[in-house]
Amino acid sequence: MEKVFSRTKGLKDKEFSYCGGCLHSVVHRLVAENLEEMGLLSSAIGVCPVGCAVFMYDFINCDMIEAAHGRAPAVATGVKRTHPGNLVFTYQGDGDLASRGMAEIVHAANRGENFTVIFINNGIYGMTGGQMAPTTLVGQKATTCQAGRDPKMHGMPIHMAEMLATLDLPCYIERVSPIDPAGVRKTKAAIKKAFTKQLEGKGFSFVEVLSNCPTQWGMTPVDSLTWVKEHVMEVYPLGVKKER
Amino acid sequence: MKKLMKGNSALCYGAIAAGCDAFFGYPITPQNEVPEYMSWMMPEKGRVFVQAESEVAAINMVYGAAASGMRAMTSSSSPGVSLKQEGLSYIAAAELPAVVCNVQRAGPGLGGILAGQGDYFQAVKGGGHGDYKLITLAPWSVQECYDFMALAFDLADKYRNPVCMLLDGVVGQMQEAIDLHPVEVNRPAKPWAADGAPKDEKAVVNSLWVDPDILEDLNRRIQAKYRACAEKETRYTEYCIEDCELALVAYGTSARVAKTVVDNARKQGLRIGMFRPVTLFPFPYARLAELAEAGKRFLVVEMSCGQMAEDVMLAACGRTSVDFYGRTGGFVMTPDEVLDKAKQVMASPADPCQRSWEL
Ligand SMILES: Cc1ncc(C[n+]2csc(CCOP(=O)(O)OP(=O)(O)O)c2C)c(N)n1
Ligand code: SF4
Repeated sequence: MEKVFSRTKGLKDKEFSYCGGCLHSVVHRLVAENLEEMGLLSSAIGVCPVGCAVFMYDFINCDMIEAAHGRAPAVATGVKRTHPGNLVFTYQGDGDLASRGMAEIVHAANRGENFTVIFINNGIYGMTGGQMAPTTLVGQKATTCQAGRDPKMHGMPIHMAEMLATLDLPCYIERVSPIDPAGVRKTKAAIKKAFTKQLEGKGFSFVEVLSNCPTQWGMTPVDSLTWVKEHVMEVYPLGVKKER
Repeated sequence: MKKLMKGNSALCYGAIAAGCDAFFGYPITPQNEVPEYMSWMMPEKGRVFVQAESEVAAINMVYGAAASGMRAMTSSSSPGVSLKQEGLSYIAAAELPAVVCNVQRAGPGLGGILAGQGDYFQAVKGGGHGDYKLITLAPWSVQECYDFMALAFDLADKYRNPVCMLLDGVVGQMQEAIDLHPVEVNRPAKPWAADGAPKDEKAVVNSLWVDPDILEDLNRRIQAKYRACAEKETRYTEYCIEDCELALVAYGTSARVAKTVVDNARKQGLRIGMFRPVTLFPFPYARLAELAEAGKRFLVVEMSCGQMAEDVMLAACGRTSVDFYGRTGGFVMTPDEVLDKAKQVMASPADPCQRSWEL
């Protein structure tokens, strides 16, 4: 019988530590499949965030560096500038990238650093127990906004892809969401495009992934996907925000 | 042939000679010459220079370059070095070699842009969170600024630990003629580096250990490293120590003043000497303890409110009296002020329990 699907060599032989139904696992697989298919496993260098994906170095089968909270784009700058021939990527959550690491991400993008950022926007601080993130929707409940996010008190959800697209040097910015098979294919293709542009030396590439957090949202995995489709995508429209 | 330059520029020449691959910095007085020189010197040699968006970013760029196997450094001055403490803790925990220069200004807070030595505790006692230390070198001349950069990179590689070059604004800004002698660059293999080179097992550079056994082992290993470092790397210099009754203990600019004090005192027949720690961590406790045992008294002279003085007291351990004279705010003490204080100390009984702490 023909084998049409198998586990990618881009993943180490280790069980994910993510909650059931969490899309972190899916995005990890897509990163890993792209690295394998592009022949990059023995040359890529990844930088992990602080957040639920902090253990990414246990899963992705390439050289990995754990960064301090929010600092992954600065760490990746140090890596890529000294290793211009290697593929370098960061993988960051919304607390990590859009709150604590806002300066680092904006300036790395503005310098046009030639690496790829995979940004997991799940609208919440998963790892620390469900606090409000800068991307939390208006009215969405979190442990630090228990009546729902109130713009008067907490400001509005922040649109990272659109914000970074106003800068001159990023070469590719797209927002995707792997909530269904078509979305999974598009997410994989977006990561591939970002990696390809990096290898061509085109500069900073950014893939924002609308993700879920069934555990901290207090939903079943299926309901969490419906929520992304019905509410999150309305605030954060999918699509290419910049390409050159 | 000798070349006239500032201490800050000598740091750059020293770093280049020592094979520094990457520099990441941010402007702050009185260290601005360092990123300014590096901005043209590094690209000229095909090496990396980035003006970071902040000191926080700069130290994390150093972390990235060091994690991927490169000789990397940053420089700043006091308020900027405070911002680097997070990164330094991660660098020490991940056991990465890196060099950070602190051209100290007067503090606390935004303080002033004149020289100070108020960051001693921050440099030698850890500075960031958790149990770690920076190996700390304290040059007192422009020549040492040059010479110690190679030592700093070698020690960083040897102990896989961040090394701090602790200057003060005077040492950074003053000009002296120095010998830019060639330096032998020893680059150890770094099989642990996440450098994207093919290897049997993929490299992971990390400072997160949720298993307490592993984390305690890491702490034990790091502390064992520091003990080995203290045994092998402790450095100091002495001037007119053998026959002295009172030893001035000072580093950096205050040691330059102390040396003048010794010369002036000797002309007046006063038996004063000078002890200058060169490594502030590891601190020369053992030698100071010997001197205390031999009956010498100590007068610590610092441009701070008395920080190294606490280490001198630890070394003396009640065996001799430890007095202190300090200036802050950007003032450098004059030789006359220090000599007056020294005379006052020598005229009082040597009582280890009676300390005169003068600011
Ligand atoms: C300096 C610092 N502050 C706070 C934390 C605590 N912390 C751990 S993960 C995290 C945020 C996680 O949220 P996010 O980045 O959205 O990732 P997720 O867990 O949702 O994937 C925080 C604040 C930390 N580790 N370090
Ligand atoms: S807490 Fe949320 S983001 Fe974290 S693993 Fe669980 S579902 Fe995923």
